[in-house]
Amino acid sequence: MRFLDIRDVTVRFDGVTALEGVSCAVEEGEIFAIVGPNGAGKSTLFNLISRFCEPASGDVLFEGASILGHSPPDIATLGIARTFQNIELFERSTVLQNLLIGRHTRRRASIPLQLVFAPSVRREEIAHRGAVERVIDFLDLQPYREKIIAGLPYGVRKVVEIGRALAMEPRLILLDEPASGLSVEEAGDMRFWIDDIRRRLGVTVVMVEHNMNLVSAVSDRVMVLADGRPIALGTPAEVQAEPSVVEAYLGAGMAVP
Amino acid sequence: MRVQFKTGYDQDIRLFADAREALRYAALLAIAAALPFLLDDFLIGEATNVLIWAIAGMGLMALTGHAGQPSLGHAAFLASGCYANAILMGRFDLPFLLAFPLAGLFTGLVGVMVAIPALRLHGIYLAIATLALSILTEDIIVLAEPWTGGIAGMIAPTISIAGVEVDRLASPGQFYWLCLAVAVVVTLGYRNLLRAPLGRAFLAIRDSEISAQAMGVNLAGTKTAAFGLSCMVTGWAGALMGHFFYTFNHEVFTVVISIQLLLMIVIGGLGSIQGAYYGAAVVGIIPQAINVARDGVVEVFGGGGVAIPGLETGIFGLILIGFILFEPLGIYGRIAKWRLYFELFPFYRRDMFRRQKSYLKTERLR
Repeated sequence: MRFLDIRDVTVRFDGVTALEGVSCAVEEGEIFAIVGPNGAGKSTLFNLISRFCEPASGDVLFEGASILGHSPPDIATLGIARTFQNIELFERSTVLQNLLIGRHTRRRASIPLQLVFAPSVRREEIAHRGAVERVIDFLDLQPYREKIIAGLPYGVRKVVEIGRALAMEPRLILLDEPASGLSVEEAGDMRFWIDDIRRRLGVTVVMVEHNMNLVSAVSDRVMVLADGRPIALGTPAEVQAEPSVVEAYLGAGMAVP
Repeated sequence: MRVQFKTGYDQDIRLFADAREALRYAALLAIAAALPFLLDDFLIGEATNVLIWAIAGMGLMALTGHAGQPSLGHAAFLASGCYANAILMGRFDLPFLLAFPLAGLFTGLVGVMVAIPALRLHGIYLAIATLALSILTEDIIVLAEPWTGGIAGMIAPTISIAGVEVDRLASPGQFYWLCLAVAVVVTLGYRNLLRAPLGRAFLAIRDSEISAQAMGVNLAGTKTAAFGLSCMVTGWAGALMGHFFYTFNHEVFTVVISIQLLLMIVIGGLGSIQGAYYGAAVVGIIPQAINVARDGVVEVFGGGGVAIPGLETGIFGLILIGFILFEPLGIYGRIAKWRLYFELFPFYRRDMFRRQKSYLKTERLR
């Protein structure tokens, strides 16, 4: 049984075919990168897994069961967390509140109990807070705990978004361009965090990334998409040597110097 | 500036940050409770009016300020609560203590039923749909004459709690305390909501529906809960309003009331419980201030005290425009800035509250 199994999916938006016949399987505990030029369908693949768009054909299986019948909130309950390319944080809330939303799938108390803030709600909140503090420690977010997102620099927002996904204690995390817009140092930190997410937290990572240094440093396998079709799949070194990949990125007739 | 030394997670979760804050609120509550001994009957009536508006404001604040769903239809829910309470008390002879919660629950259910078709609407479209509801209300009240008394209207039955008659005219102090008690209960429930998962879900759907869903927040469920809770509280405010007006008919809960309620929470400061109170105070004070000012103007310039039509609405509109231009965070935001200024003196900078430009949003997935 594959951990995440994408079987021959095709996604069309009206006339445009965003993904065509894409198949790949991610093993548990793997760091799997998806690369490709702009418009290759990388984010569409993520949106398909988090159920924001429907496939025309094909199937997506998580731990052997199809997830196509699920709604986006159900996907979170299954243990699949994600981040967004353009950072989708809750702008007018603090970092702490954002991370606590990550605990939403694990809430137990009913609405009336929440309204009177019964002792069970308080215990639950303290437990959630403990889990969030572990994420804050893990990602070194201590200085920003009480800060409103709207006033934070871009690099910190990126980390907060990953923190929010990790607060879910997911089994699989989908990172959409975790290093885009980051400085060299921040991208370097990101590399260690992604590595640690797998090694220390035991979370399987699937990421879309353009920064090839980061991809070759952390990922076990890489899939290259171009125009919605997979053109190569293998270790970072194998993929970079593939002529079709060089062609997709640089055009025909070029060679890797 | 005082920095709190935190030693446990409960310090961020409990109602008051520290003993000083708890004392401040206790003092405020004590003063509020003592008002009937300090003010004359007319001013107590005005204070009661402010409290009722504040309760209604909290209802709308939860929906618009925290869950981000604008509503121009809350006069309909005020009416629903008002009539439900009066009918339950008058027709079914229920005591106030039973009729009042039921009126709120009934209005909450109405809100849930309105929410279900409204779930597909966003922003301005939702505002228009709820505006239509507000306009319909008047006609519904007239058409449901056997229940509502139609154009002739209804008289609010006298409240009797544990043998004590609570009447707005005969015992304004007692009615004020009743409103104060409801306001305190609603405020506490609101505070609890905001520190519980549902309150965070409200903030989440306000700021980004897409990532709220990715975090496991059920959009439909959360919006329905927001409408239900908001309308329940608004229904309670409506019930109290009915007792406050004593008689009411279809002309009381017009769309103007809906708009006034929305303006009120914008002036008070969207997204804060205090904002509902500040806005209610402004709404309560303006008509009195205009009356006083008009007398003064007449004394100075003569003119025989001619009423200027639309003066109140005009001044209210000017205040609103002023706030949107100069203080979008409302009175709450202004007070927060003053407090910070004094806490940090002399280190406060003018741009401390300036937001960083928000980055591109993934709107295309909608």
